[in-house]
Amino acid sequence: MAEFSTKHRENGEVNIIELNGYLDAHTAQHLEHAISDLITKNKYKVVVNFEQLKYISSAGLGVFMAFIETMRTNSGDIKLAAMQPSVYNIFDLLGFPLLYEIFPTETEAVSKFNQ
Amino acid sequence: MKVKSSTENLGVIRQFVEEKASQSGIDKSIIDKIVLAVDEACTNIIKHAYNYDASTEFVIRVLISKEEFKVLLIDHGKSFDPSQVADPDMPTYLKQRRVGGLGLHLMRHLMDTVEYHNLEGNGNQLILTKKIA
Repeated sequence: MAEFSTKHRENGEVNIIELNGYLDAHTAQHLEHAISDLITKNKYKVVVNFEQLKYISSAGLGVFMAFIETMRTNSGDIKLAAMQPSVYNIFDLLGFPLLYEIFPTETEAVSKFNQ
Repeated sequence: MKVKSSTENLGVIRQFVEEKASQSGIDKSIIDKIVLAVDEACTNIIKHAYNYDASTEFVIRVLISKEEFKVLLIDHGKSFDPSQVADPDMPTYLKQRRVGGLGLHLMRHLMDTVEYHNLEGNGNQLILTKKIA
């Protein structure tokens, strides 16, 4: 149970992190490491692809809160894409769309960086 | 069920609650809410009541009636009365880039009631209730 994994890809200047599985207080650390790793490499333009993410708890949401400022102060951002409705509902319930740009597809999120 | 107080067990806890709720014929959208609320409550116990001490344990009990699905969580860690904590103002929370402290807020949104009882020397009991009829 509670399997979670991430995959990293690059699309030009934009870094894509694909999430897979269950993001909770146990697995959130894994995502923290994946994003910290990008910051170490001065990569601040990030699209998180949620397509394969089945579940998120507030610990998972906390990871995005922890890094958003660092990305934006370095001319980057964390844009979110391709969420399943059950995952989007949690973001929406807490008002996160006020702070984060959420796109139906990864392509649209990447394009926004390139505008 | 009784589990060791470790975030490693969150998956097993979710599965336990999901199975009980599914057997009761509850709608998937309601099950998702109950499962997340229980995850948040257990995360708080592991983190705050037991400060990640995996040698400790807590109990999860499910009570199902025609009208309600109740989840009882009993721990013997540090007491925490949720009625003393107000919900955050989310626009301010987001503006200030705060991290954490959303578990209880979510539990209140997802469930019909969140009750806390200090069992006077016999631990803390949190009761999460969802109306199902």
